Amino acid sequence: MERLMENDALRGRLLVALTALIGVGVMFWAAATLEFFQIFQLTEFLILAILAISLAFIWGHGGILCFGQAAFFGLGGYAYALLALNDFDTGGALFLGVAIAGGFAALLGYFMFYGRLSDVYMGVVTLSVTLIFQKLMNSTAGSAYTVGKARLGGFNGIPSVPTLSSPAEPAMPLMPEQLYFVAFGALILVYLLLGLMTHSSFGRAAAAVRENETRAELIGYDVRRIKLVTFAIGGAVAGLAGALMASQRAFIDPNAFGLVLSAQALIWVIVGGLGTLVGPILGCIALQYLSLWLSEGQFRVMGAALDNNLVLGVILMTMVLAVPKGLAPTIRDGVLWLWRRARPSSDAPSAPAAAGERA
Amino acid sequence: MDRTAIVLIEMLSSISTLVIIAIGLAIIFGMMRVINIAHGEFIMLGGYIGVIATQRWGVNFWISILVIAPLVVGLFGVLVERLVIRRLYGRMVDTLLATWGLSLAMIGGVTMIFGNTIEGVSAPFGGVRIGAFSVSGYRLFLILVAVALLLGVLAVLRYTKAGLIARGAMQNPRMAAALGIDPDRVYMATFGVGAALSGLAGGLLAPLTGVIPTMGAAFIAQAFITVIGGGAAIVTGTGLAATLFGSVAKLVEFVSTPVIGDAALLFVALFVLRLLPQGITGRFFRRAS
Repeated sequence: MERLMENDALRGRLLVALTALIGVGVMFWAAATLEFFQIFQLTEFLILAILAISLAFIWGHGGILCFGQAAFFGLGGYAYALLALNDFDTGGALFLGVAIAGGFAALLGYFMFYGRLSDVYMGVVTLSVTLIFQKLMNSTAGSAYTVGKARLGGFNGIPSVPTLSSPAEPAMPLMPEQLYFVAFGALILVYLLLGLMTHSSFGRAAAAVRENETRAELIGYDVRRIKLVTFAIGGAVAGLAGALMASQRAFIDPNAFGLVLSAQALIWVIVGGLGTLVGPILGCIALQYLSLWLSEGQFRVMGAALDNNLVLGVILMTMVLAVPKGLAPTIRDGVLWLWRRARPSSDAPSAPAAAGERA
Repeated sequence: MDRTAIVLIEMLSSISTLVIIAIGLAIIFGMMRVINIAHGEFIMLGGYIGVIATQRWGVNFWISILVIAPLVVGLFGVLVERLVIRRLYGRMVDTLLATWGLSLAMIGGVTMIFGNTIEGVSAPFGGVRIGAFSVSGYRLFLILVAVALLLGVLAVLRYTKAGLIARGAMQNPRMAAALGIDPDRVYMATFGVGAALSGLAGGLLAPLTGVIPTMGAAFIAQAFITVIGGGAAIVTGTGLAATLFGSVAKLVEFVSTPVIGDAALLFVALFVLRLLPQGITGRFFRRAS
């Protein structure tokens, strides 16, 4: 039994490493084939994919319903912007942005998990937190609200945020192509770390908590601590996405805390498939391209361009009602079903193995 | 003296706003355990109906906000219950997600129809003088409405047959069904009533806030915090939580800014939930309703 577990964990880790390698391949292939502008656009989507994977980890793997992932995204972004504008080294600002977002997630997690809030309440509290952040930031429009040299700017946001620069040459901001590699590299790295983590002993304990909290607690796991750690890691990753986005756009405004972004993160995870890490990345990128296509306004209903929120909302409702598992697992199950139909003799071992793997 | 009166009235006004925006949600959540993320958008829809009926259709202001807005939103709620919520009973998280989808779709839909601009009606009554100060008469009216809403819901739940049936069907649907009541219809009606009260809230608040498609987000956090902070008892919980959060938010607002007041509201709520995870009425006043 123990060897079987070992093998399972090992196979899981290998699968994660293999997926990461494929990711590296895609990174170079896309860099070689896409036009400059497409690369620029893709960079933004890749950064959003980091946000998607952070929620996929917290929610899909840890079973913690977080409706306010944008709170950590926004915190990371604002921290990066304010520090970088105050002549901080951009690498250090990025790091501190991640740390601040993770630290805030830990603080919030302490209140929620040690207060033993149930699922649904947690969703509502996280939602409220991000709304309050947005409100607070929106109200800082006056010239009184400054942090060092940087003005918070309220709803106008903070313009001319310094772009990331290489630690070797702090005075030289990175070129867009280099930022593409930074974003893609960060995404792959985050995937690798989180993927390996889900197959570690901690990850297995977190999965146990997700499946049955009471049982995990009775076995002797400290459920609250496990959830806290999971939540803080997810918050830090979301902060990384926010900081990268502030650098990429050279701009951040209170919409970084917005409900729409939190909702989008949920939709990416649901469309991609709850419980996987790759699915939400693909879901994010696919839906961003869909939004882009819709915003070009060629597709019209009764003469009016289709509103993006309307489309996202309908997608979310449809997914929950019709495809609750998400597209990736549903397609996988469908393929497996066809496979088993085609080869009726060897169906027994393939089904549990497939169910056990979380790539 | 005048100043004390003003502070008191402002506090009551803040409490009454919380009651008005939370009561519809409290009914839907308290009775059905359904968390409706689109609650803020129900309020938004009510506000739009109230404003559009007054401005474009020339309906009397009071009929628009007190009758048409709740009626239309209530019917919309029944429709939503039939199409979406009904399929997800018992799946709390899925309900949350589906209603969030609904919320986005409603924002998008209203933006497409009415555009992303603020519309409004002016509040009636004008100002009321108290010593050297003046307060809005409409705000005083809202305080009375909030009290009436709480007492009304309490009375319906406690003393009418419909309230009895509703409470029975929520506590034990199978027993209710065995006694010849269709729980399905009770759910539908309850959701409709909750939605109608949200629509009423929108209509009532529209003269103060104006209406814009994204306005729901401004209410939803406060409404949720009030309902969750209140706990199991619908009327008592909402009343107590609104009183606590509303007064804290207003007092902090007096010494700082409205936004800090909002943030204080959240922090108090977090502390309340840390100490009383079941809300105020989960610990105290357990037998209240």
